[in-house]
Amino acid sequence: MAVVAAGDDADRTRRFRDAALPHLDDVYTVARYMLRSAADADDAVQECYLRAFRHFDGFRGEAIKPWLLAILRNVCHAEFARRSGLLAVGGQADVAEDASPLWQEETHTAETELLRREDAERLRGLVAALPDPFREAIVLRDINDLSYRDIARVTGAPVGTVMSRIARARGMLREAWLKPEPEEPCGERHEETCK
Amino acid sequence: MTCEETGILLHALIDDELDAGHAHTIESHVASCPRCASQLRDYRRVRQALSAPAMRYPASTDLRARIEGALPPARAAAAPSRRSLLKGFAAGGMMSAAIAASLVVVVVRQEADQRILGDAVSAHLRALQGDHLIDVASTDQHTVKPWFNGKLDVAPPVVDLTPQGFALIGGRLDYLDGRPVAAIVYKRRAHVINLFVAPASAQAAGSERGAMAALQGFNVWRWAFSDLRFVAVSDINAEELQEFGDRLEASVKSGS
Repeated sequence: MAVVAAGDDADRTRRFRDAALPHLDDVYTVARYMLRSAADADDAVQECYLRAFRHFDGFRGEAIKPWLLAILRNVCHAEFARRSGLLAVGGQADVAEDASPLWQEETHTAETELLRREDAERLRGLVAALPDPFREAIVLRDINDLSYRDIARVTGAPVGTVMSRIARARGMLREAWLKPEPEEPCGERHEETCK
Repeated sequence: MTCEETGILLHALIDDELDAGHAHTIESHVASCPRCASQLRDYRRVRQALSAPAMRYPASTDLRARIEGALPPARAAAAPSRRSLLKGFAAGGMMSAAIAASLVVVVVRQEADQRILGDAVSAHLRALQGDHLIDVASTDQHTVKPWFNGKLDVAPPVVDLTPQGFALIGGRLDYLDGRPVAAIVYKRRAHVINLFVAPASAQAAGSERGAMAALQGFNVWRWAFSDLRFVAVSDINAEELQEFGDRLEASVKSGS
């Protein structure tokens, strides 16, 4: 009897690992963007996977990635929100009150470095500066490739809200990322290239 | 359709979330509206840039190991090979069930051993590639040994082999086969030796003579003594690792 039970346990572990571990990078990416810290993301993702494993029996074959991300979201809210003050509970962050500027000074990168990589670094910074609900929506959509419906499931917001958050996020990123370059008159930032 | 009405639906169009009818309406508006067309281009650029692999953060191997280590071990993956082996015996009818059974035990045992050795080599590599070689940096065995207290359900023997040419540099917690183990780190010239110490599983308890193996370009030395298993991994040559093993054996035995 004990042997059968142990076999079931081992089988459960294997099923969980096969289903959940391939999404580890996806879950971690969301955690990094939401918590903005590698150490906090590590802790949150580990807790997320342990909770997911405990509740794996309640998981009934729907897509597992949104399920994991919903657990991650709970973990972030329950254990990290108050401590870091970075996540708005219930996604009610006020855009106007968000102090961090969308446009951040570019960090100086070696000339030899690929432009694309520089772009990604800058863009990561811009995404990190987005207010919580918009950052969450755009990370889930564009970086993690979830459908509107899955994002709604993860965040608990209606699909219409998800759509408008994505629109706002892309609008803000467009302003910050695409607009300053061609349209701004030469300021200090562009001194070197415009001489 | 006006630009205002189009606004938010541009995004649904990009995201392929519109039904054919709406998609067509938006597309025909965009075709006749330079302003919306330029917005659509910009949003597509943003979307494309965001979906680049460089925008993602891969989880560290350390985190992966922590999670895998926290889950109960999954042994079921090895089952098919065992089953097919048994089936083969049954079909052939050439061996008695008793012999088949003992062979299965041997096969399974080797699989487990092989997995632990493979795990040890992976852990060794992870420790060298990441910045996580040691949690407690000390050349003093009396500092390293108590550090493991309460972190493991065994007290690993920590012996200083500096006089014998293997300098103790510290220890850390690592995972083998999904279980926390002690990793004690030594250095021989510029080469690192990771010595993993784990409690022997119930069925594998008992002493076992030190033995060398080579795996993925590394030399591996293994030994079981009383209720502990030892696995040392390094890129030093086999003779030197064997010497390390011999010295360690002698020290541990005389200390116990």
